[in-house]
Amino acid sequence: MLNDDVRERIRLAALRYPDSRAALLPALHIAQAELGHLPDEAMRFIAEELNVPESDVYGTATFYSLIRRRPSGKHVISICHNLPCTLLGAEPLIDHLRTRLGVEEGEVTADGRFSYQRIECIGRCDGAPAMLVDDDCHGDLTPEKIDAVLERYP
Amino acid sequence: MLLKRVKIPRAADIDVAVAHGAYSAVAAAYDMRPLDVIDEVKRSGLRGRGGAGFPTGAKWGFAAMDPKRPKYLICNADEGEPGTFKDRIILEGDPHLLIEGMIIAAYAVGAERGYIYLRGEYPAAAELLDGAIAQAYGKGLLGNNILGKGVTFELSVHRGAGAYICGEETSLIESLEGKRGQPRLRPPFPANAGAWGKPTVVNNVETLANVPSIIALGSDAYSKVGAEGSPGTKIFCVSGAVNRPGAYELPLGTTLRELIEASAGGIRAGRRLKAIIPGGASTPMLTAAQVDVKMDFNSLLAAGSMLGSGAVIVMDDTACMVHAAAVLVRFFEHESCGKCTPCREGTGWLHQVYSRILKGGARGGDIELLLNICGKMKGKCFCPLGEGAVQPVLSSIRLFRDEYERCIGKNGCSGASCKGMTHGKNYQMTSAESRAISNDQNSNTP
Repeated sequence: MLNDDVRERIRLAALRYPDSRAALLPALHIAQAELGHLPDEAMRFIAEELNVPESDVYGTATFYSLIRRRPSGKHVISICHNLPCTLLGAEPLIDHLRTRLGVEEGEVTADGRFSYQRIECIGRCDGAPAMLVDDDCHGDLTPEKIDAVLERYP
Repeated sequence: MLLKRVKIPRAADIDVAVAHGAYSAVAAAYDMRPLDVIDEVKRSGLRGRGGAGFPTGAKWGFAAMDPKRPKYLICNADEGEPGTFKDRIILEGDPHLLIEGMIIAAYAVGAERGYIYLRGEYPAAAELLDGAIAQAYGKGLLGNNILGKGVTFELSVHRGAGAYICGEETSLIESLEGKRGQPRLRPPFPANAGAWGKPTVVNNVETLANVPSIIALGSDAYSKVGAEGSPGTKIFCVSGAVNRPGAYELPLGTTLRELIEASAGGIRAGRRLKAIIPGGASTPMLTAAQVDVKMDFNSLLAAGSMLGSGAVIVMDDTACMVHAAAVLVRFFEHESCGKCTPCREGTGWLHQVYSRILKGGARGGDIELLLNICGKMKGKCFCPLGEGAVQPVLSSIRLFRDEYERCIGKNGCSGASCKGMTHGKNYQMTSAESRAISNDQNSNTP
């Protein structure tokens, strides 16, 4: 599931810290980028690589909202619903997104392309309402703009 | 001072940044003794820009005086306070300003290892910072024997993964160490026992971005700008119901009115200013009548609020204050780390009560119940998160109690009645207005 390349990247990340446990978040990011989410096997792999108890890896991973325990779509949409975005119409946009994708929050579309989650402030309040699609930020959203953005993620 | 290079194209490239003055303060700092650098920062009066406003020079002094080694310097780039995006502007627009500030800070406190704890929601900044750090290594500004002066400073980015609590410095350190981001009991303070038990300085991005100017200009010239007790400039993040939301760098002490009207282009056409959150979600709201308040640490405190992170969330007359408070309470409930009972249970209860008010299921005495819950949290939480969570509740009830009473009396402010409350039942909204109206039907979904 996770190969020697991942092993090597985790090993290199650990060199940046006086204690290899500190490489846990970097390792979770590396594994998630590879697999899309973090199944139990990935956590066991990381626990062995960093010599950290499996329970601690699980405890840490589940604390952070960007670490996913369930499979996601090929592209993950994180749409902000905090106050600056809500003031400018985030809720109707989230309704639009849900209708357009035909799935509820956390579910994957039938073609496997998308899943979406609500997220707290993503620091794009100057372009509210805003969302992240994978690593890209899209702001000043309207229903039309959401439709156009989705087209760019095959 | 802070945003001077942000508008220059490709300022994230080190050659462009250096051509516009980046890293010139490093050599100047290296010509001073570390303690003199600390004294210069103390004399500048610089106060932390992350929210608490602690004097930066004093923080550095505590860590520098501690005999334990090694020492660590951490940049807090876990910018999570709702409404705040100033650090992102620096990280993406002028990362070398931050790196320069960190090189100087590390020299002053004697840290040979630094980390930029970057929030997980800023993937673009992570890539830019990695590139900028690599370039700085390439120019001999990071690593061993910097500028041939025998100074060592290693720097890397540590990405968070979505946890507001990690903006609190001891939680940040726990997270850096690979643990759940829950706060530590203080004392000991990080300056004496921080990362891996060693002396650690944790400074906000904007705080560190001030350091090159202090060294380059000298503390006297630096502190001529700003207000009494609040020297320097501040990046204010204006969001919400204004014509030009954005990040504006202005001297501390500038009035809120000037910020909203001159910088942010005023309130959207046809609407009236109703309320302002002046310093991020955990600072108390102000009303339109308080718009002449000066935006500095002391003036905002006197006005019953706080400067916080400088995130100014502007609400016009289409905003429902009960709803606004409910959105922020939902946020705090989601972000409560679960360590202490008053915050974990308190935010949960507040969220439940707001949910039923918005859905039209309010019970008589719910306002008193909200106040009661806040009373059981205020001053009793383990860290500032819970203390911040009560602020939108207490301030919105204090300033807009009549809205709560209307909401509760009229079967809630969900859906049509919420719009009715702000617009009148038969008001035909324009498309721009309907975009502005917050739709609250999902407010109970965490």
